[in-house]
Amino acid sequence: MALKIVKGSIDRMFDKNLQDLVRGIRNHKEDEAKYISTCIDEIKQELKQDNIAVKANAVCKLTYLQMLGYDVSWAAFNIVEVMSSSKFTYKRIGYLAASQCFHESTDVIMLTTNQIRKDLSSPNQYDTGVALTGLSCFVTPDLARDLANDIMTLMSHTKPYIRKKAVLIMYKVFLKYPESLRPAFPRLKEKLEDPDPGVQSAAVNVICELARRNPKNYLSLAPLFFKLMTSSTNNWVLIKIIKLFGALTPLEPRLGKKLIEPLTNLIHRALDLLYGMVSKKNLMEIVKKLMLHVDKAEGTTYRDELLTKIIDICSQSNYQYITNFEWYISILVELTRLEGTRHGHLIASQMLDVAIRVKAIRAFAVAQMATLLDNAHLLTGNMQRNGICEVLYAAAWICGEFSEHLENPIQTLEAMLRPKVATLPGHIQAVYVQNAAKLFATVLKGQEGNTDSTAAQETSQLMIDRLPLFVQSANLEVQERASCILQLVKYIQKLQQKDVEVAEEVSALFAGELNPVAPKAQKKVPVPEGLDLDAWINEPPSESESEDEQPKAIFAKEEPKHSRPRHTEVDEKELARRREARKQEQANNPFYIKASPSSQKVYQDTPGVEHIPVVQIDLSVPLKVPGMPMSDQYVKLEEERRQKERAEKKKKEKKKRKEKRSGRGKKQDSGPESEEDITPAHMVDIVTEEMPENALPILILFYFLSVNILLTEMIAFFWPSFKVCDIQGNLQDGSQVVVSVIFENKCDSFLKSMEFNVLDSLNSKLQRPEGSGPHDGLTVPFQLPPGVSNEARFVFTVQSIVMPQKLKGTLTFIVKNEDSSTHEKLDFKLHFTCTSYLITTPCYSDAFAKLLESGDLKGSSVRLEGVNMPFHHLLARICFHHHFSVVERIDSCASMYSRSIQGHHVCLLVKTSGQTVSIDAKCDEPTLLGNVLDEIKQTFSQC
Amino acid sequence: MQFMLLFSRQGKLRLQKWYVPLSDKEKKKITRELVQTVLARKPKMCSFLEWRDLKIVYKRYASLYFCCAIEDQDNELITLEIIHRYVELLDKYFGSVCELDIIFNFEKAYFILDEFVLGGEAQETSKKNVLKAIEQADLLQECMTSIKMNSC
Repeated sequence: MALKIVKGSIDRMFDKNLQDLVRGIRNHKEDEAKYISTCIDEIKQELKQDNIAVKANAVCKLTYLQMLGYDVSWAAFNIVEVMSSSKFTYKRIGYLAASQCFHESTDVIMLTTNQIRKDLSSPNQYDTGVALTGLSCFVTPDLARDLANDIMTLMSHTKPYIRKKAVLIMYKVFLKYPESLRPAFPRLKEKLEDPDPGVQSAAVNVICELARRNPKNYLSLAPLFFKLMTSSTNNWVLIKIIKLFGALTPLEPRLGKKLIEPLTNLIHRALDLLYGMVSKKNLMEIVKKLMLHVDKAEGTTYRDELLTKIIDICSQSNYQYITNFEWYISILVELTRLEGTRHGHLIASQMLDVAIRVKAIRAFAVAQMATLLDNAHLLTGNMQRNGICEVLYAAAWICGEFSEHLENPIQTLEAMLRPKVATLPGHIQAVYVQNAAKLFATVLKGQEGNTDSTAAQETSQLMIDRLPLFVQSANLEVQERASCILQLVKYIQKLQQKDVEVAEEVSALFAGELNPVAPKAQKKVPVPEGLDLDAWINEPPSESESEDEQPKAIFAKEEPKHSRPRHTEVDEKELARRREARKQEQANNPFYIKASPSSQKVYQDTPGVEHIPVVQIDLSVPLKVPGMPMSDQYVKLEEERRQKERAEKKKKEKKKRKEKRSGRGKKQDSGPESEEDITPAHMVDIVTEEMPENALPILILFYFLSVNILLTEMIAFFWPSFKVCDIQGNLQDGSQVVVSVIFENKCDSFLKSMEFNVLDSLNSKLQRPEGSGPHDGLTVPFQLPPGVSNEARFVFTVQSIVMPQKLKGTLTFIVKNEDSSTHEKLDFKLHFTCTSYLITTPCYSDAFAKLLESGDLKGSSVRLEGVNMPFHHLLARICFHHHFSVVERIDSCASMYSRSIQGHHVCLLVKTSGQTVSIDAKCDEPTLLGNVLDEIKQTFSQC
Repeated sequence: MQFMLLFSRQGKLRLQKWYVPLSDKEKKKITRELVQTVLARKPKMCSFLEWRDLKIVYKRYASLYFCCAIEDQDNELITLEIIHRYVELLDKYFGSVCELDIIFNFEKAYFILDEFVLGGEAQETSKKNVLKAIEQADLLQECMTSIKMNSC
């Protein structure tokens, strides 16, 4: 017997294994069929041997041949033999072969029932595993019937590995042998709450599949699935469950309501993804889809969410992905039709931003805004509460500022002076009044050239007739502007009556272009000497003063104010007390007109008010304001534009090629265009970091203290030819450290989208722009072509400066080659030494002596051995590396001084004798001193 | 999922897994037709197509096409995710997998697939668990081989 085995294995050495077979086939490309037929003959010989290893090897090769399309059904019995091997190695191969080769009409399957049953109950979970896996591929009705009970038992196996397989395979069993469903179902249901997520997901899969065929029977499981949906974090499972609910909700309408919340949560996650997905090419399409959802959305919260998301997506990175701003304006206009949205303000700021920055779009924007003003009554159903009327703010301003683009300025002027305007919120009215004046100037300009001078006078009269309404406004700003402008117009009218031409002078009032200014520009203007911005000019206001309508920054893109929770929660008692106090105050104040109930009554009793019929606008029909284009048509237009552009490009290319007359032209790539090919129809003025050029000299002022060198702990990993060199610190005030980083691109590829991020410590934090999270990286505001270097500065706030610190950071960036781009990461460490917090500060010897005498300073000393350099070199070194200044020097002894950014005094007395240098030091902060001395010691140990 | 096919750009089948019982003849016919259809598609075309009464989801990784057939009601995106997950698994197991790995170790590729997808349904969504199962089964195999060698 032993001999046989040995003989077998020796034989085996001459057999081909699978790798040999594959290699052989690859080497016999010309006569593959012939080669394989000899191989099959060999395999047949091998199968005749008793040695199971040889057989398994043969079966393995057969499985491969089967994939290549050769018939191996003749070996079915041998496969069963290998399956029955007690050794896992062979069993595994046997089952694999069976799962690949067996099908329902394979007759030997009948012989496997007992073998499979044996394997299923094997103590080795992997034996059971391969049996289950194999069975899933070739289960027949007979096998299903015979093995259903065994598999059902396995569903409660101790190992989750087996449980999940058993659960999944039950589905196949149900299909082949439906009678097994009823007894197995309770156990299957139980598995929905299995502690193992794999088993759970398997059970969800099976039930979802079953429910798809017959949803009615699974309605009772809805609560269980609902629980799973709200608790599971496994996306695979979630998708299945949502699909299941899709099948269940038609049967149970109440489910729909319950599902709204969890589903919106999921949708939010999806919306967040969208943000990163857009490109120039798909933006319009994505927004179109979102707009459809906006139309269909039922809850206002969800609709508002969609609205902000649309605007976020469109406006990201300076409207990077918008190629057609007419389209964007129409989208914004369409969004104004949302009733009751909270985001009127957001839409308005977008309209303003686009109209100001995209010059080419102004004519179009103005036309749109004019129609909006004309149809203002459609927007302002419920004046005060309706946030959407904010867009009128933008509309009025745009129409006024760019009134030269108006087709019919008189009509717009008329619309802006309608009595109904007086019901708008105050800040909007103010803009109306101011811009009516601008419009007035434009109208006059147009009319004065004409022969008919009465027209101009009529316009003045219109202003004089309508403005008094605003003069009476309760809002101070409206009042002030209106009365000012009213008087001006009256004066103009007088001049007009004397036939004096005034248009030129009136329009001079509003001459000049308004330029956008970078949001950070103001920061860079130096604070004049002697001005303390933190000091109160007047006494701080008393608490009782209520914060009325705060002026809103309409130019800021996002309003952090909204996101910040307002602290208005004052407890009830306190409120009541204040109310009482106020009433008392008002009662004693002779100038305060009390709000008596009668005054309200008077208003209500005004005859006829109640009888005015209120027309309900049917909003189910999308409001199509006449003359307003629908954004959809832009999608089509844009498609055409791009096609044209592409065609032109192609033409050009062809021309070029013709000119070159290179023998055979390459095949024209007619694939879809790439991102870069899409040129925008309008350009945006991008104002972020950079400022208008003429503003530069006055605005930039940096406090350079370049001597302060923040050390570079050089960079743990290098991108092959990319180097961050020279990190140097500049100090501004006691808690701020400015780190200048020079980025140098040493590789041949283009680097872009660089993001600088540092893991904040408790003590040191990277200053990030307002609104960004504590772990967000900072975008480096430039890109680097190969070989180029550029500098960026990052500000850190440091609390305590007595200890040195290392901050870990990463720089992520995209390496862009001609055909590909990869995302890369560079880890580095920023080393803030204590020395870097010191500023070279001169000190006179008498002040120095006083300081030492004061006794506030604590002492420490250090001794440096083997310093081999002239004394003045040594001093220069300390001065240069550690930011000290020499106070006094006598022979081989010197006193030195430095000061930290937080005002600590550091005094040194340096003495040298031979190669030994002793430093006696004093400082009001012993820890800082210790660290500085350590650093000095280190400097000298390196030389 | 009804079946999964892996084939090369030249149309050579590299792996096939059928979750529905079909005769060899049918399998061959389907494979031939599908390989032709998928190979004829341009690189930027959609990864999903309707074919007979099934939906085909495919994705090309280097020179290899991964192609799955699903039923009408199944989700294409999750199928695409399954394909990708499988590729990730192969990648982890073989260490930056290439076509040759799958050709020469085709049984391993099957074992991995079997641990990941069972009967056409994803059975284990954790990559770690799949690889652990494979590694342990491999270990079992190694052990037995070495025991056998010793006994000789």
